[in-house]
Amino acid sequence: MELKDLIKPENLVYGKTKILEDEPMHYCPGCSHGVVHKLLAELIGEMGLQEKTIGIAPVGCAVFAYKYLDIDWQEAAHGRAPAVATALIRLKPDNFVFTYQGDGDLASIGAAEIMHACNRGENILVIFINNGIYGMTGGQMAPTTIEGMVTSTTPGGRNVDLNGYPMKITNLIAQLPGTSYVTRQAVHTASAARKCKRSIKKAIENVLDKKGTSFVEVVSTCNSGWKMTPVGANTWMEDNMIPYYPLGDLKDSVKGENSSEN
Amino acid sequence: MGELKLMKGNEVLAEAAIRCGCDGYFGYPITPQSEVMETLMARQPWNETGMVVLQAESEVASINMVYGGAGAGKKVMTSSSSPGISLMAEGISYIAGSELPCLIVNVQRGGPGLGTIQPSQADYFQAVKGGGHGDYKLIVLAPASVQEMNDFVDLSFELAFKYRNPAMILTDGALGQMMEKVELADFKPRWTDEEIEEKSGSWATTGKPSSRKKNIVTSLEMDSNIMEANNHRFQEKYKKMEEDEVRYELFHCDDADFIIVAYGSSSRICQKSVEIARSKGLKVGLLRPITLFPFPNKIIAELARKAKGFLSVEMSSGQMVEDIKLAVYEAGRNTRVNHFGRTGGIIHTPEEVVEALEDKFSWELNYGVKRSY
Repeated sequence: MELKDLIKPENLVYGKTKILEDEPMHYCPGCSHGVVHKLLAELIGEMGLQEKTIGIAPVGCAVFAYKYLDIDWQEAAHGRAPAVATALIRLKPDNFVFTYQGDGDLASIGAAEIMHACNRGENILVIFINNGIYGMTGGQMAPTTIEGMVTSTTPGGRNVDLNGYPMKITNLIAQLPGTSYVTRQAVHTASAARKCKRSIKKAIENVLDKKGTSFVEVVSTCNSGWKMTPVGANTWMEDNMIPYYPLGDLKDSVKGENSSEN
Repeated sequence: MGELKLMKGNEVLAEAAIRCGCDGYFGYPITPQSEVMETLMARQPWNETGMVVLQAESEVASINMVYGGAGAGKKVMTSSSSPGISLMAEGISYIAGSELPCLIVNVQRGGPGLGTIQPSQADYFQAVKGGGHGDYKLIVLAPASVQEMNDFVDLSFELAFKYRNPAMILTDGALGQMMEKVELADFKPRWTDEEIEEKSGSWATTGKPSSRKKNIVTSLEMDSNIMEANNHRFQEKYKKMEEDEVRYELFHCDDADFIIVAYGSSSRICQKSVEIARSKGLKVGLLRPITLFPFPNKIIAELARKAKGFLSVEMSSGQMVEDIKLAVYEAGRNTRVNHFGRTGGIIHTPEEVVEALEDKFSWELNYGVKRSY
C-alpha cells in the first residue's frame, strides 16, 4: 500500500483546527497562549459559532490574537475590552462576543471595566490569561505576580510591603451577581487542557443562554518572562502559582445569585 | 414643517439622536450636559426604535463602548464635557486610527482641571488638532443655536460615515442649557443589518460569514511602512474634508473693514456687537465658522484682501485666533489678527467686544492697514 492510498478522508484521525489560521504565531515556545487559542478555535468550530463570533483582543502578548482565529475581531485599548464587548453584545445580542485578556490588561489598567461589565452581567465570555507578569513589555510585575517572584520591576522579588499583594481578581469577580460561571483552569498538561476546554465550552453555553457573564481564568506560563525553560516553567507554575491560585470552579450559578464557593 | 418644540440644547441632542436612527448612546454624567443621558433614559428609545442607551462606569468606558459599537457598523455616540473629553482622548485616537465613524459631543465648560461648570470655548485646540495622541483630525461642527444642536446630530453621522472618521459637536454649557424654539427632524428608521452590511460590510465586525474574509478593527500596525501609508491615507482624507466640507456663515461682511470671527455661543453675542459697531459707524462684519475642522481658510484669505483686521472672539485665552493667523499668513496677507475673550466661565458682552475691537485696532481705525510691524 502506498502513502497516497493511506491519505484519504476516511482515514483521517486528526486535522488542523479549521478556525485557526495558517499564520505563524508570534508566541514563544512554551507559552500558554497558543494552547488557549487552539481550545477557543476548536470550540468555535465545533459549536458552529464562526458566523456569530466577535472576539476582542487585548493589549499585551495576545494583541495579535486577531491574526490567528478566522473570526471577526476588534482590537481594544489596554484594559478596555470589556467595555468594547459590552457595546457589541448590547447592540448585537444574537452574536457571541468574548474578550481575551491578560493579567496586566484585566486586573491592573482594566480593573474598572472588567468589574463593571461583570457586575452588569453582560452576556460575554471573558478569557483571562494569568501568567503573573507583563510579557509583551519585557517581564514587569503584574497585579497577579506572586510574593517573592522576580520580575524586571521587582528584581529583588515582589515585596508585599512595597508592591502590595498578588490580586486574586477572579475571586472578586465571583462575588459579583452578574456573573454566572467563574472558573480557574490551566493548560500545562493534556488533561488540564481537556478540562479547560470543557470549562470554556460550558462558559460559552452559559453566555449563549444569556445567563450573564462567564469568566475563565487560565493560570498560565510565561517561560520567557520568567527566564525558565518551558518544562521548568510548568513545574514552577505547579509548585508556586497553583497553590496561590487553586484550580477549579469558583462559581456555577445562574445570573443574580451572589454565591461563591471559594 | 416638522414638529415645533421649546427645548434645551442638551435635550435636543438626545431627541435628535433618537430621530436620526442612532443605534446606541454610551455616556457618563458630567455637568453641564447630564440632561442628554437623562432625556434619553426618560424617553426610553429602546421601546420605540430599539436604540441602546447605557450609563457607563466612566468616560473611558463610554468611549470604548462607542469604539465597539462603531466597529460593528452601528451609529453610536457619546456626550460629555471638557474633563470627560480629556479622559476619552485615548479612545478617540483609537477610533480615528481604526477609521470608525461615530459622534462625540463636547458641551464645554471652563478649565483647566476641574475648572468650572460654566460655559467655555477653551477646548478648541483639543477638538480641532486631534486631542489624543498621533496624527489625526476630527470633523468638528460648532452649533450656534438649539436648532443647530438638532440639525448637526444627523449631519455629524452623515459626515462620519462618509469619511469613516469620528465627528465632534463642539458646543458649550450655554447652548446646552439654553431653551429655544426648535423644529425637530422627522424620524428616520435605524439601519437594518442588511443596510449595515451594504454600507460597512467590507470592514465592520458583524460576525464572519463564509462568503467573506474576516474583518479586523484595529489601529495597530507593526510594519512602519504600512503604518506610514495608513497615515498618508488619513491625511488625504483630511485634505478632502478641507476641500469639500467647509461650512461657515457671513454676517454683514460685504463692506466690512473689520471682521469678527466667532463660533457657537460667542457668535450669537457677536451678532449684536456687529449691530452696535455699525450704529457707531464702524464697518464690522462677522464670520461664523460652522466647521472648525475643516477650518474656513479660503474665506478668511478672501476677506483678508479687503479687511483691515480680524478679531477672534472666543470664550478662551485665544485658540482659534492661531488658525485665523495661519489662514491670513498662508494667503500672503499682513492683515492684523487679534483676540478677545473672557475665560473661566465668564461670557463676554456685546459691548465688551466692540470696546476690545476699538482698542486693539486703534491704529488701523486711524491710519488703515500697516504694511509692516
